[in-house]
Amino acid sequence: MKKTLSMLAVAAVISAATPAFASEAEVPPHQKWPHQGVFGTYDKAALQRGFQVYKEVCAACHSMKLLSYRDLTQLGYTPEQVKTVAAEYQIPDGPNDEGEMFERPGRPADRFHSPFPNDKAARAANGGALPPDMSLLSKAREHGDDYIYSILTGYEEKPAGFDLMPGLNYNKYFAGHQIAMAKPLNEGQVTYTDGTANTLEQQARDVTQFLAWASEPHMEQRKGMGLKVMIFMLAFCGIMVAAKRKLWADIH
Amino acid sequence: MAHFGENKNFSNPVVNWIDNRLPIFTMLIKEYGVFPMPRNVNYMWSFGGIAMTMLGIMILTGIMMAMNYTPHTTLAFDSVERTMRDVNFGWLLRYIHMNGASFFFIAVYIHIARGLFYGSYKKPRELLWMFGVVILLLMMATAFMGYALPWSQMSGWGVTVITSMFSAIPLVGDGLVTWLWGGFSVDNPTLNRFYALHFLLPFVILGVVFIHVWALHVTGSNNPTGVEPKTPADTVPFAPYVSTKDSVALVFFLTIFLGVVFFYPLALTEVDHFRKFDPMQTPAHIVPEWYFLPFYAILRAFTMDITIPFTTVVLLPAKLQGVLAMFGSIILLVFLPWLDRNPVKSGRFRPVFKWCIWLLFVDFFVLMYSGAKPPEGLPLIMGQLGTLYYFVLFLVILPVLSFKEKNLPVPASISADPGCCKKH
Amino acid sequence: MDSTKDGANRREFLYLTAGAMAAVGAGTSVWPLVDSMNPAADTLAMASTEVDISKIEAGQTIMAVWRGKPVFIHRRPMNEVTEIRTEDWKTLRDPQSDEDRVQKGHDEWLVLVGVCTHLGCIPMGSKMGQPKGDFGGWFCPCHGSHYDKSGRIRKGPAPKNLAVPAYTFVTDTLLRIG
Repeated sequence: MKKTLSMLAVAAVISAATPAFASEAEVPPHQKWPHQGVFGTYDKAALQRGFQVYKEVCAACHSMKLLSYRDLTQLGYTPEQVKTVAAEYQIPDGPNDEGEMFERPGRPADRFHSPFPNDKAARAANGGALPPDMSLLSKAREHGDDYIYSILTGYEEKPAGFDLMPGLNYNKYFAGHQIAMAKPLNEGQVTYTDGTANTLEQQARDVTQFLAWASEPHMEQRKGMGLKVMIFMLAFCGIMVAAKRKLWADIH
Repeated sequence: MAHFGENKNFSNPVVNWIDNRLPIFTMLIKEYGVFPMPRNVNYMWSFGGIAMTMLGIMILTGIMMAMNYTPHTTLAFDSVERTMRDVNFGWLLRYIHMNGASFFFIAVYIHIARGLFYGSYKKPRELLWMFGVVILLLMMATAFMGYALPWSQMSGWGVTVITSMFSAIPLVGDGLVTWLWGGFSVDNPTLNRFYALHFLLPFVILGVVFIHVWALHVTGSNNPTGVEPKTPADTVPFAPYVSTKDSVALVFFLTIFLGVVFFYPLALTEVDHFRKFDPMQTPAHIVPEWYFLPFYAILRAFTMDITIPFTTVVLLPAKLQGVLAMFGSIILLVFLPWLDRNPVKSGRFRPVFKWCIWLLFVDFFVLMYSGAKPPEGLPLIMGQLGTLYYFVLFLVILPVLSFKEKNLPVPASISADPGCCKKH
Repeated sequence: MDSTKDGANRREFLYLTAGAMAAVGAGTSVWPLVDSMNPAADTLAMASTEVDISKIEAGQTIMAVWRGKPVFIHRRPMNEVTEIRTEDWKTLRDPQSDEDRVQKGHDEWLVLVGVCTHLGCIPMGSKMGQPKGDFGGWFCPCHGSHYDKSGRIRKGPAPKNLAVPAYTFVTDTLLRIG
């Protein structure tokens, strides 16, 4: 029989010392977002600032594999600006005519550059924890945008008596309160090109909105079309009811 | 359906030429034109047609999405996201297909509830009803396999949990699960076969729907009185009367459906459906889609092994009980025409049955709630009581009511019913 | 008369035989279709996995992958082993002694297929911070099955103990599963 020596696995560590499942996380408080509701649209300026936060902070560990640089034109960037952004990254390509893999500057059609070549490398560089891909983060978390915002602003000193595992951080809104990600955003971390005050809350709000757009880039098109469809359908409903009443009136 | 040799004469020579060789126009006029419908059918009778429309919508959007889908564990999730992001109107196709499944089930559940309340399963419509149950089972299988295709956390773990049920079967169970999976875990062979079957089954459903409608057109439709039409005064032609009425219901239904598609497309799904399947990590809280929740609650209602008294020898393990009960809860519907033998069809004239059926509808939602919660404490008890009522109703109450119930007087004909034919 | 009857008999015999052969032919031709859905040769070839266990400390669990399923490799502190062996196991749902679930001489090593015997979810309890259930072993989040420190089912809907895969110690620090 053919034996495969696959030293897959590992990743999981320990147990004994940890107390039973720590208390449930707090429910993230509800925030008001411009893209909420039937008529909500994205705030493009916030999306651009959010992209800047992603690019300068989050992108060090988090990939966004489902996005391409060309998508950034939706944030209001010109194709020229997108070209410049893409060219800042070295994208693996190949093989070339010599059969070698090589790197080249990114183009708008390329997917976002990932910080790690694969999940194993990402774990190895982050103490065993895998920074999740953020392309769909808003849709893949309970409470979506509110949750992301709360995590970013929910770092606190651990309460007295809380048994925090080494290498982890205390976060009010994280299940079990022990999160591997160190506090990513601080007051004044990103200097906005549009001069907006870079408070922690502002940066968290901006990047949250950017992530909301990333997970649902067609939202504005969807709602705009939906409105027209609804008007059409309601008129159609009215016509159908009138037609039916007229028809059935004869036989009663 | 078509009665050959009774061709009508059409003024259009082309139509006439075709009809003399294949009497399709004669058939259409007979079955969808002059076809007699009880004149008192209410809007509950529109949901069969609505369900058929949903099937059509699902097949159309499904085929368009299949053109952009890659059935491979490493590519499936991304190919669905590519549909969402890059394919023209791909997001619309997917949101219609995703929510369409839910609305298909809404239509079918209302259709079934109407059949239950008005006794549409009784003679002479037993076979019509039984084919309906077959359609329900096929729909469930199709929906389950479709849910697997994006290969998300919910997909992978849903497949694992549901297919693992078959391991409850004594002796052959484990082998059967390996056969279903095509391997020792839920993996690429599983995804491939689910894709093939998810593509195939809707057309099987279409075939059974054809038989279902054929059987309907032999007996004609039931109506709120449960009294079969006796004279032409009891009926109206299907077109334009009932077809227009059905269209009203359909347009309203589609309006609500599209409202959800465009404005709340994620209302009926789970966040873990947007995370890639990780076979090494089960999400903390997995639940099936809402339309499976009542049956899921029945599955989980059984927590105690049945043993030979005074020993520890297990006769029927809790797991097997749950699996049998879950499948049994749908299979027993096949036998409903013989479980309820009361000669009166409509719940309107059966004072006890009426309330028992209403309680069943409430029970359905109680079970749905229970199925959505972790199986402990109050939700578990609700699930157990709900399961108890479900089986007691069908296996005890309905057979007893068949003979013991004091029915109200039934009108002599549809047009003699005071509830019929009032101004709308 | 006789010859006609004889002819009728022969005809019936031939019809029956033809029908039987058609049934056998149809039946056997179904088998390749059914069997094609069983695990293929490449799937079967993924039969064994070797794991380095030298870095696992007492109290730790690692997860290895074997045939696409997780395998828990748990190194138990010896006092825990002694403790669990004093418990009465004969009344458990799936009665099995702890000694039968590990290899002699390697009593601290518990190797389990990390798949709940109820409906196939992966029980929690191997990773830091995860709930370990009422019996300090594993807890399945899907339908609430509790397993003890020997991986035996103690509470909840699962019918059987967590399975122990076939494994051998190639050396004291190398484990071969399968």
